[in-house]
Amino acid sequence: MREGEPVLRAEDLVLYFVTTQGVVQAVDHVSLSVPHNQAIVILGESGCGKSSLARALLRLLPRNVYRYSGKVYLDGRDVMELDEENFAREVRWVGVSMVPQAAMNALNPVLKVGDQVAEPAILHLGVSKEEAWDMARKMFDYVGVPEGFLQRYPFELSGGMRQRVAIAMALITMPSLIILDEPTSALDVLTQASIMNTLKQIKQEMPISYMLITHDIATSSDLVEHVAVMYAGQIVEVSAADIFFKQPLHPYSRKLLAAVPRLYEKQTLEFIPGRPPSLLNPPTGCRFADRCPSRFDRCDQDPPTLTVDGHLVKCWLYVT
Amino acid sequence: MNDFCPIPEPVPGVPEDVLLSVQDVRVWFELRRFGLGIAGYVRAVDGVTFDLRRGEAIAIVGESGCGKSSLMRTILGLHRPREGRILFDGRDISHFSRKELCWYRNRVGYVQQDPYGALPPFMSTQTLLEEPLIVARMQGRRQRVERIHKALEEVKMTPVEDFLSKFPHQLSGGQQQRVVIARAILMDPQLLVADEPVSMLDASVRVEILTLLRELQERHRLSVMYITHDLSTVRYFSERIFVMYAGKIVEKGPVDDLIYNPRHPYTWALLAAIPEPDAENAKRFRRVPPGEPPSLIHPPPGCRFHPRCERMIAGLCDAQEPPEFEVGPQHQVACWLYQ
Repeated sequence: MREGEPVLRAEDLVLYFVTTQGVVQAVDHVSLSVPHNQAIVILGESGCGKSSLARALLRLLPRNVYRYSGKVYLDGRDVMELDEENFAREVRWVGVSMVPQAAMNALNPVLKVGDQVAEPAILHLGVSKEEAWDMARKMFDYVGVPEGFLQRYPFELSGGMRQRVAIAMALITMPSLIILDEPTSALDVLTQASIMNTLKQIKQEMPISYMLITHDIATSSDLVEHVAVMYAGQIVEVSAADIFFKQPLHPYSRKLLAAVPRLYEKQTLEFIPGRPPSLLNPPTGCRFADRCPSRFDRCDQDPPTLTVDGHLVKCWLYVT
Repeated sequence: MNDFCPIPEPVPGVPEDVLLSVQDVRVWFELRRFGLGIAGYVRAVDGVTFDLRRGEAIAIVGESGCGKSSLMRTILGLHRPREGRILFDGRDISHFSRKELCWYRNRVGYVQQDPYGALPPFMSTQTLLEEPLIVARMQGRRQRVERIHKALEEVKMTPVEDFLSKFPHQLSGGQQQRVVIARAILMDPQLLVADEPVSMLDASVRVEILTLLRELQERHRLSVMYITHDLSTVRYFSERIFVMYAGKIVEKGPVDDLIYNPRHPYTWALLAAIPEPDAENAKRFRRVPPGEPPSLIHPPPGCRFHPRCERMIAGLCDAQEPPEFEVGPQHQVACWLYQ
C-alpha cells in the first residue's frame, strides 16, 4: 500500500435500479474515501441511498440493476475491473467485510455461533476448521464475548451478544475495512455504548477502518473522524467530525443536527418539514431545495460540489 | 355504548386527581417443566408502586428485559398481576371481568413500538380505524367515518381523503406511526400508553412524532405513560421519570431533578451512556457497567444492581434489599448510599 493512500476510494459511483415505475437513482455520482485506520459515517434519513451505497461498494447487487458504474479503489487498486469470481475471492470479506443491518437477527438459528464465525475464514482464507475455530476464539476475545459462547446457539445469546458475534464474523478475515450498517440501532443505550467502546478498542489495536451507516448522529460521534451526509442518493457534505459537529455547512446537515435531542440543553427540537424526494424522478436542481430554509433562485439548478476550508459541500450558498 | 360496557363500581378512598394507581404490583410468569410441574417463576415485575395523575406524562426508563413491557401489558389489562392491584379512575382493573375490561379498554390508548408490525397489512387506513369503533358498537357508518376523520385530523394527516384508502405499506414510517396514534386516540381515552413510540423512526421524524404526542397530551389533558430506554427523548415529553431495573423501580423523580441530580448508580450509568453529537466522544471510552442485567428467574439477593455497581457496599447491598429513601421533593431512590 502506498503511503497516504486511503483504504477505500470511490469515484463517481452510480447505482440505478429499474422498477415497474421507472428508474430509481439510489446512488447518484458518489465520490468519497475512507482513510487508513479511521472511521467515516454516512449519515442520512431512510431511503436516501445509504445502504445501496454499501451494496454498490461490495457489488452485492440485486437483479434489477439499470446502471452500475464508477471507480472503486481498494488499497489503491481498482476493483471495479475484477470479474465477479475474482471480486468475490479478493475483495469481499478479505478486503472489505460488512455487518449488514439487523445482522444480529440474521444468524442461522440451527448452527452454533462458533461455526458461523469460523465460516468466512474457512471459505475465504482457506484455513482448516480447527484453525478457523482458533481464530474465532481470538475474535470473541476481541469483541468481548466469553469463549464458552462459541458452542452456543443464537437464541441463547442476548441481542448485544449476537451483535458482537456478527462483528466477530466480519472481523475474522482481517479485512482493511468493515462496513457497519446501523450496528446499534436496535439495542439499548448501555449495550450501544459498550459496543461502540469495543469498536473503538478494535480500531486502536488493529489497522482497520470503519464505514458506519446510520441515521443516529449522536451515536456515530462516538466512533468517527469523518462525516459524510447523504441526501436523496447524493453526498451533500463531507467534513471532519470535529468541525462537522460544531459547524455543519449544508442546510440539511444543520437541520439534522438540530433534530438531535440533547440531554442537558433545553432547546426546542426542530424537524425537517416534508419528506425526501422520490428517487424515481428527483428534482433537477438541488434535491433538498423544497425543504430548505435558505432556498433562493439559484437552487433550481444542480449545485456544484465545492471545497470550503477543506470540506466538501454541495450547496449554492457557498458559491461566491 | 354504555349498556354493552357497564361502568364498574369504584373502590373508595382514591384521591380524585389520581388516574392510575399501581400498588405493589407483581407479575410473575410460571416456568413449567415438561408442561407439568412449576419449575420456578420469572419475576418480570416485582413490587412496583406509583401514581399517575390526570393530565400527567411519566416516562418509564430501563433496558430490555427490565420488566417495563410486562408492567405496561399488565396496566393494559393483558396480564393479571400475581399480587397487588391497579386502580384506574378509582376502579380495580386487576380483577375485572371481560365486560368490565371492555369499559376500561375504551379509556386506554396504546401506541405500539413498531408501527409497521402494529398495522394489519391487508386493511386500509379507513378499515383499520373503523374496526375498533365497530367493536365498541358505535352505531351508524356516518358517525364512524366522522370520528375517523376527526382522529386523522388530530394527527395531522390531512387532507384525510388522501390517506383513507391507503394500505400501511403505502405510507412512510412516520405516517404509519400517525395512524397508530390516531387509532389509539380514537375512543377519546384518558390514558395513553406509548411503548417506545419513536425508536423505529428516523431522527427528524422522531421529533415530529414526539411533538405531536405532546400536543395531543396537552390538548386533551391525557395522562401518558411513555416507555423507553433512551433518556435523551424523555425530557421533551414527560414530567416525571421512573427508572426501572430488573423488575423494580430504582429511582423516581421529576425530569430535571433526575437528569441533573441523578442518585442511583444505575441512573448514572444510563445517563453516561447517552451520546451527544460531539467529536470529542470518539477520543475517549464510555463508562459502562460490566455484565448484563440479571436473570429474573433467580434475581441476585439484596439490591439487584449490586453485581454491576461500582459503589457496592459489601455485606449490605448484597444482603438486604434497599428501601426507598427520600432524597428530594418527589425524588425517591432505592439505594443504600442514601441511608
